[in-house]
Amino acid sequence: MGIFEAILLTVITAATPLVLAAVGELVTERSGVLNLGVEGMMIMGAACAFIATQVTGSPYVGILAGIASGALFSLLFGFLTLTLVANQVATGLALTILGLGVSGMIGEAYVGQSGIKLPQIVFPVLSDIPFLGPLLFKQDLIFYLSIAVVVGVNWFLFRSRAGLKLRSVGDSHASAHALGINVIRMRYLAVMFGGACAGLAGAQLSLVYTPQWVENMSAGRGWIALALVVFASWRPWRVVAGGYLFGAVSISQLHAQAFGIGIPSQFLSALPYLATIAVLILISHNRRTTLINTPASLGKPFVPDR
Amino acid sequence: MSAEGQPAIGPLLTVGQLTKLFGTFAACNGIDLEIKPGEIHALLGENGAGKSTLVKMLFGVLAPTSGEIVWQGQPVRIASPSAARRLGIGMVFQHFSLFEALTVAENIALSMAPGISLNRIAEEASALSHSYGLPLDPKAHVADLSVGERQRIEIVRALLQNPKLIILDEPTSVLTPQEADRLFETLNKLKAEGRSVLYISHRLEEVQRICDRATVLRHGKVTGACDPRRETPSSLARMMVGSDVAHVSAEGTSTKGAVKLEARHLSAPARTPFAVALKNICLKVHAGEVLAIAGVAGNGQGELFDALSGEYPAATDDVVRIADKPVGTRGINARRLMGAGFVPEERHGHAAVSALSLSDNLILARSQSDRRAFLGGGVLGLIRQDAVKSATRRIAQAMDVRKSGDNPPAGSLSGGNLQKFIVGRELDRQPTVLVVNQPTWGVDAGAASRIRQALVDLAKSGSAVLVISQDLDEIFEVATEIAVISEGRLSDIYPAAELSREKIGLLMGGMYGKTESAETAHAH
Repeated sequence: MGIFEAILLTVITAATPLVLAAVGELVTERSGVLNLGVEGMMIMGAACAFIATQVTGSPYVGILAGIASGALFSLLFGFLTLTLVANQVATGLALTILGLGVSGMIGEAYVGQSGIKLPQIVFPVLSDIPFLGPLLFKQDLIFYLSIAVVVGVNWFLFRSRAGLKLRSVGDSHASAHALGINVIRMRYLAVMFGGACAGLAGAQLSLVYTPQWVENMSAGRGWIALALVVFASWRPWRVVAGGYLFGAVSISQLHAQAFGIGIPSQFLSALPYLATIAVLILISHNRRTTLINTPASLGKPFVPDR
Repeated sequence: MSAEGQPAIGPLLTVGQLTKLFGTFAACNGIDLEIKPGEIHALLGENGAGKSTLVKMLFGVLAPTSGEIVWQGQPVRIASPSAARRLGIGMVFQHFSLFEALTVAENIALSMAPGISLNRIAEEASALSHSYGLPLDPKAHVADLSVGERQRIEIVRALLQNPKLIILDEPTSVLTPQEADRLFETLNKLKAEGRSVLYISHRLEEVQRICDRATVLRHGKVTGACDPRRETPSSLARMMVGSDVAHVSAEGTSTKGAVKLEARHLSAPARTPFAVALKNICLKVHAGEVLAIAGVAGNGQGELFDALSGEYPAATDDVVRIADKPVGTRGINARRLMGAGFVPEERHGHAAVSALSLSDNLILARSQSDRRAFLGGGVLGLIRQDAVKSATRRIAQAMDVRKSGDNPPAGSLSGGNLQKFIVGRELDRQPTVLVVNQPTWGVDAGAASRIRQALVDLAKSGSAVLVISQDLDEIFEVATEIAVISEGRLSDIYPAAELSREKIGLLMGGMYGKTESAETAHAH
């Protein structure tokens, strides 16, 4: 395996949690709900996945635990913002703080334990394709899931009737309600899908990226995912492009630092953010497309007048 | 699927003693209504009379508190819009029912039974819309369509369900006269097919022209059921308002003074993808004149108001002049200090802060222009609450603003009363120039006639008044001069007496006058 291939493998590993969390949040926001708690749901997913894996010895149980914990945690957000109509921004921030705290507490006994890495699933024949084979067909389950989720979300949003309803709820909840669409139920489902994806992204961190539990190991990735959604103007494939670009630049700046290039390390550390913002601004410079894709009721609470 | 097999004489829909309470307030109070198959039935009433609440209950959006709905002889409970559609009730909403970010076909698909492919819906919608003379492109995004085209989507969407009853909520309020004529043809076609139409409006001429029967609502109660063709407009208006509506008198406004407000070749690029660019607008408003700018919504009215008020100043000074001084690049307060006053279109969030009291809203608007009266303490600028409150009372009294308490939050006033206050807030200063955008949008007839009379009186007292409006009745009531805005261009200015509705309709459709050729000649 060449050095280039090795670098690309690390890029995929770095990008997968961003793509997963961002696509989940994209679905949530397309329904008109702004959940700033991605970081909190992600770290809960990471902690629960690691603990479940250590307890049962199976990283696949860990994946399920990560998804379930993220979804359950987002259910709390849904109850507060959709049923009790609390402020979405404040609730999302609180969710992040709560997630970081709770995960640190339940994970304390597991700090320093060496975990079980999620095994690779090798597709025979396909993985023998030179260069691409090992990159795309000799990966762990979460990578395959991330691709499936993006393809599925793209199909769901723009090809299925249910996805059309979800977009309509995000565009104008009053109109959607007048058409007889159950706005609150649709939003609950979208919030929980976002939570499940964030939880899965967290599981990737503690089962694939660095198979161990470290407090605060999500390290701001939830916030990056949130920014990716906006800059990708709520289109799934742009989220993938942004996520992989961010992953690529963060990995290459690590290599650049290792080679001792004479650029201040602070600047190199900032590079992934700058590059991602620059490229995504270029992608989204067409303001009409951006406006057509922006969920117009994003962050606005809905109370049916009954 | 039409009325065949049903006894032709029995009513299609009967509503008995239908009541809807919001808290203790009865929005609808014991409403009786009967709609026969194949008739166009008018529901008349002012804003807040309970028309919208009633039709929301018929369409399953609101649940009635008490009373019964009988559909084709069977008592029914309409729990949701989809239940209403299954019964055969279609609805064309006035507002808030289309999704701007979605395409025409997607919008229609949302109200159709699941399982039909988007392509088939697009084909059916296209075919149906052409057969009713309402052509539509199913792939267009709603955000790019005119208001008239948007309404077509709603109508086609309702027709695809093959309904027996179609409810139309104030359908012509956003249409040009020609578009309205085309709508009436469609309605007559529906009637000929045996379908019933419930037509909600407060426009009496329309109702008399196309409706077979009318039910009039006021304060949530039925005040009359009649054949509108046998009534006079004033007898219908009396049923609606409960008293005679004051007639606005525009006499004595014909004396022209000096030019107080002028735009010279005013152009402005569109600020957002959905906005309209202003193109080479020239206008003059003399003292003692009311210039009304007609036009269908979304043709640059808001942008013109922003440029004239200074909310978005122009690039050069000379394009806007107030009292013969160039102000194009100056902001709102600078223009207000020169004696101008401005009333924007949206009451809530633009002209007034809903959560703040009336006196706070007064000081927000006039803290600079009436600094000496309302602020004390020198540079500190402390608010003199007594002065502000007494001015608030003065305005409320002058404009007959009905409110709960002495100084309630702006949001607690009804639309008409808040609008009276907002207009009164500017009139109280006796501005030499007043620019008003949609002064009586969504305001009941009594408040509207009060506001219009106040605008006319201001002009009579020697000020220049510019009114931007979509309401042709209003324009003919107040205007001494009329111009039409279409796609960001302004037509020539005509004396009001020389323009007919048909001519205005043509101008609205983009048949510009000779302005452009004259301007190019002028430029050489």
